Amino acid sequence: MAEVQIMTGNQAAALGAKLSHVQVVAAYPITPQTSVTEILSQFIEGGELKAEYIRVESEHTALTVCISASTVGARVFTSTSSQGLLYMHEQLHWAAGSRLPIVMCCVNRGVGAPWTIFNDQQDSISQRDTGWIQIYCRDNQEIIDSIIQGYRIAEAMYIPVMICYDGFVMSHTMMPVEIPDAELVSNFLPPYKPHTILSPETPMNINPVLFPWRRANAEGVLCDGYMEMRYKLQKALGESRDVIVAAGQAFAGAFGRDHGGMVWHYKTDDAEVILTGMGSVATEATTAADMLREEGINAGVVGIRVFRPFPKEEVREAFRKTKAVVIFEKGISYGYEGALCSELKAAFYGTDIRLPVHNYVVGLGGRDVKARELAEAVRSSRDAIASGDTEPAPKWLNCFTE
Amino acid sequence: MPENLFKVNIEEYVLPGQRACQGCGLSLAYRYILKALRENTILTFPACCLTVLHGLYPMTSVTVPTLNNTFASTAASAAGIVAGLNALDRTDITVVAIAGDGGTFDMGIQALSGAVERGTDFIYVCYDNEGYMNTGTQRSSATPMGALTTTTPVLTKQQPKKDMLRIMEAHDLPYLATASPAYPIDLYDKFVKAKRIKGSRYMQIAVPCPPGWGYAPKDTVRIGRLAVETGVVVLFEIEDGKLRLTGRSKTMADKGNKLPVINYIERQGRFRKMSIEQLRQFQRWVDVRWNEYLKRAEG
Repeated sequence: MAEVQIMTGNQAAALGAKLSHVQVVAAYPITPQTSVTEILSQFIEGGELKAEYIRVESEHTALTVCISASTVGARVFTSTSSQGLLYMHEQLHWAAGSRLPIVMCCVNRGVGAPWTIFNDQQDSISQRDTGWIQIYCRDNQEIIDSIIQGYRIAEAMYIPVMICYDGFVMSHTMMPVEIPDAELVSNFLPPYKPHTILSPETPMNINPVLFPWRRANAEGVLCDGYMEMRYKLQKALGESRDVIVAAGQAFAGAFGRDHGGMVWHYKTDDAEVILTGMGSVATEATTAADMLREEGINAGVVGIRVFRPFPKEEVREAFRKTKAVVIFEKGISYGYEGALCSELKAAFYGTDIRLPVHNYVVGLGGRDVKARELAEAVRSSRDAIASGDTEPAPKWLNCFTE
Repeated sequence: MPENLFKVNIEEYVLPGQRACQGCGLSLAYRYILKALRENTILTFPACCLTVLHGLYPMTSVTVPTLNNTFASTAASAAGIVAGLNALDRTDITVVAIAGDGGTFDMGIQALSGAVERGTDFIYVCYDNEGYMNTGTQRSSATPMGALTTTTPVLTKQQPKKDMLRIMEAHDLPYLATASPAYPIDLYDKFVKAKRIKGSRYMQIAVPCPPGWGYAPKDTVRIGRLAVETGVVVLFEIEDGKLRLTGRSKTMADKGNKLPVINYIERQGRFRKMSIEQLRQFQRWVDVRWNEYLKRAEG
């Protein structure tokens, strides 16, 4: 019988890394991620986890250490937030381009200037195009489970995986978490087999300069150019969709918990309006949907669990029958709208889905957003849609605009 | 020292076909570094002249395993290799980070200081060609006062060279050494020694650069020697805090025959706009440091 403990999201993340038998940990403290680094050092110094812990001088170095350790064949882990993730940006591209199965937690926090230490998702959303798989968790159970799944996905596809969860809302909030059985985790997650190992036995020059065209090797065989390698990364990200779903199903089979693969549904079968979002705001939306249902409005929720690769087919299926979609996002692509809003609309293009899409920017810099406020936003969007306003500019919820 | 030549490893690790410039001081140094380090070595380096030397995918002329990393991350990359190898119980491999002065004095200094402070078991090599040579001779903090670069094209560099050696010494390293490809046996011996020592080792090699410094490729060894003979470059090693002059610098100290810096300056196009005042300051800068080294070597 698996053990249930009350724990924070950060404890769940550290336990997830420990259960995954990570061999190298490199991390740098930043609020609200800090306690992940502290708990992991306790595991390692206390002898509970056999791993190298590199207490680096920056986040840029944290990810660099992970990249190089992974290149010589070790399973690696790191975690960060906000400015730390932005400071890693260059190395995010390098990790994905090197096709290294690194798993990293991003404890979502807003980015400066001005300073905020509180939660939104602008940090990870801004890293959308770095070639990483992004999974957004809705509770602490999903954090521990997704890290274990993350290694299975990453090592099957040689793509790095970012496990995102909301700062404070989850990182510092205690919830009951069922700790997966260590032996079952070992069965679910076989040891890491690198695609290439840098070692004196097999000397090679990894990640050298490529010119625009393909070039022949010493045997006269044409080898990939830069563009072919980029195409393969994109192709692998597309194919990772099936691997993510299969990992979720296999996990459900072994541990009895299914977090929904690419997306999750809440009372969507008969929903005339669907609320959608990522992470804790989507969890909050389920309460809002219940409130709306009490008033006779058939509302449901689709939680976007995986943002990259984008679940195009899943969202087409999920929104095919509903009459309106209201998106709540803790981030924005400045000068346009929420990134998720743009992705959803693009996924509908070319289909017969003709939906009013309303976009709300919520909770930036940790501004509180309650279920009743989400419900009120849905009511106001329904009224606007009834009067013909099908695609207004994004509205800023709980924000004093002129 | 012809007898010393016989002890140099005859194996070549930089094969014909490497893509460095004609007369490249780095390629000469690199050849002897790899000979001294031998097999069972992994190298990591940023985007720099060495990237060019190694050639274009899918071929390379260098026979040791190497990893390319980003500009600011050379020492961090080495720390990751060491951590990964330790996790896999492979402690027999020498891990070497190597970067230019741009990747060491400037952009890489944070990662370098961090890795060395943590006592990472690796050798860090800075090949100092005194500028951003890979991008075409821009100013770095290692560029000497009075030198023309493409970003100090009219007025020359106004500030003296950053004393990176003192910064590194402040980290209390078990081994720190300077070297020059103009004195390959001295360089070779230091790397043989460095390989045997545990902990963070810092090696700074003064490599002349024909296109960047403005002299003919055939004169690389001559310029490299003049750098040492004028005291601009001092050959020494510091082991557990004890400084010892080596090779030509030691002979110069014994005989007191240091040449005026003008002998070094006048042969390089980069110094053609150096003012008399700058020349005086440069000579003073060299003399002050030379005397400090002499005093430390005696004490």
